[in-house]
Amino acid sequence: MDINALLPTDMNGWAHLGIVGSLSGLAVLTAIGVVAFNSPIRSALSLVLNFFTLAFIYFSLGAELLGITQIVVYTGAIMVLFLFVIMLLNLSADDPSQYKRDAKPVFAGIIGLVVFGLLATAVLAPLKAINQISAPDRNEFNPIGWGSPQAVGKTLFTGYVWPFEMISLLLLVGIVGSILLARRKVTS
Amino acid sequence: MNIPETLDWMSVNRPALLALIRVLILVLPILILVPGFIWLERRLLSWMQDRIGPNRAGTFPKDFPIKFLRGKRTFGLLQPIADGVKLFFKEDITPASVDRLLYFLSPAVALFPAFALGGTLPWGPNWGPYQHLTPIWNAEIGILYMLAISSLGVYGVVLSGYSSNNKYSLLGGLRSAAQLISYELAMSVSLAAIVMASGSLRLQAIVEAQETPLWGVIPYAHNWFILTPFGFVAAIIFYICMIAETNRAPFDLPEAENEIIAGYHTEYSSMKFAVFFMGEYAAMFVFACLFSVVFLGGYNLPLNWVAISGENSVMAGLNYWLAPLTFLVKSLLVFSTFIWVRATLPRMRYDQLMALGWKNLLPAAVANFIVVAIWIMGSKAYGPQGGIVAYVGAALIVVALYFAVTRQTKAAKAFERRKVDLTEGDTPSPTRRSVELV
Repeated sequence: MDINALLPTDMNGWAHLGIVGSLSGLAVLTAIGVVAFNSPIRSALSLVLNFFTLAFIYFSLGAELLGITQIVVYTGAIMVLFLFVIMLLNLSADDPSQYKRDAKPVFAGIIGLVVFGLLATAVLAPLKAINQISAPDRNEFNPIGWGSPQAVGKTLFTGYVWPFEMISLLLLVGIVGSILLARRKVTS
Repeated sequence: MNIPETLDWMSVNRPALLALIRVLILVLPILILVPGFIWLERRLLSWMQDRIGPNRAGTFPKDFPIKFLRGKRTFGLLQPIADGVKLFFKEDITPASVDRLLYFLSPAVALFPAFALGGTLPWGPNWGPYQHLTPIWNAEIGILYMLAISSLGVYGVVLSGYSSNNKYSLLGGLRSAAQLISYELAMSVSLAAIVMASGSLRLQAIVEAQETPLWGVIPYAHNWFILTPFGFVAAIIFYICMIAETNRAPFDLPEAENEIIAGYHTEYSSMKFAVFFMGEYAAMFVFACLFSVVFLGGYNLPLNWVAISGENSVMAGLNYWLAPLTFLVKSLLVFSTFIWVRATLPRMRYDQLMALGWKNLLPAAVANFIVVAIWIMGSKAYGPQGGIVAYVGAALIVVALYFAVTRQTKAAKAFERRKVDLTEGDTPSPTRRSVELV
């Protein structure tokens, strides 16, 4: 493996690597923070930062509709509900001194190393063109680009319209089901 | 009109510097105008409540060095500066058992969306010198960006309510967050109808879609979306949602003083409270700007001067060069209507507020959306006349469905308006009898 073939060749490539690299590093740190913090509200806020960083990674790759949808749906709605639940239940930080010593962390560490090895192999092996991991901008052959709302909408409503409608039905079933499950039983 | 393409060299050679200039051009005026908004609110609210409001601060004293200015009044324009100085010198109380990191971070988290909201607002046309100065990001997802940032405004409220270690703050914060996420939905759906009608999410494209002839037939007026039927409904829904999103009266239960002792910002004194205050006014102003861009035609003067007097005339030139001023005037008018509504309407109770958002505004916005979709389909299939027929038919069906579904029986209506005798003694006096309207 020749390391010089992996490095970027021009300033644009280095800048892109810098941006994507630091965003990815922040995403990994906040993801570790989700499981590492003692207090559940710190974990939830760390997850909020993680989703925010993911949205920026999407923006840097040219997928702007996906990035903004990540902010609206995940950061703006789902994590707010997470925070609601944590605050209403008033969950407090765990007390680590109450845990018994057992072998679970050792097994977790071994499995974690195995998963890391698998991911590293999958990621590093085809890594030849590190400066071209963004969706190409619009050009004369593709006037609407790949990540813009027009492109996503066109594909979603012409080529993939059947899966789209099926998924909306599935979501509707999910919503109705959760309302039915959460309803209080009316005692007559 | 021959306007030279200045600033081209800067956009090619120094795009980052130009981006910084664009940000400063948006953020600095908002910061400078916030004291003006505070003054406007206090004076305008006072005039509407039949009192005068603060007009003493700012009178020049009798021994001022410049003779001309001695004794002259400035109508209280220095009052916001006096407020700022007072807030700066107040004692900064921090309760003892708060979550320190969140407590100190949440004013900043509350302020950030207020300024980041203006990222895709266009205050000038897309050609000539203005094209490099506005908007900060000419994104394809313009209006969706603003909805995303406004949904981040929930965090400031929730975190400040939680970290104050005060059950009233927590309650106020959670109530306010529930109100914000409920009204975001109706806001997004009402804007979606406008996006469908104009064909793009880009705010610049929405303004350009309003430069067409009014209703398609009158060439001398702009097709401002508030003057079209679907746009009028969407504008009313969006306006109500805007007032709810910025926690203004009549939706200000989470921060009402006589209800919940200032809610989520109870425990914040001096500069931290000033940050919340500033964030609220900045958010109100940027939302007013968004309203004027989407519904009031943005930076254009009211009549279509390019069609009336040609492209190279004086009025068309004024239309171009006065674009920022027109934008500012329109946004200030909408801002003043916020203050007007505050002076007029009483505060809504929390269950009334949530019922309005979910049971009235969201169905109305979705119905408007469906009617616009049917109109577009009809005009694509049958031409503009067929489109109008389809639109009117769909609107009538929707209105008929609404009345059929929410019709109350006679018994229910009679029960709602029953007379209740509150006197329990055996000397019923006329003054103690009251009619209870539930």
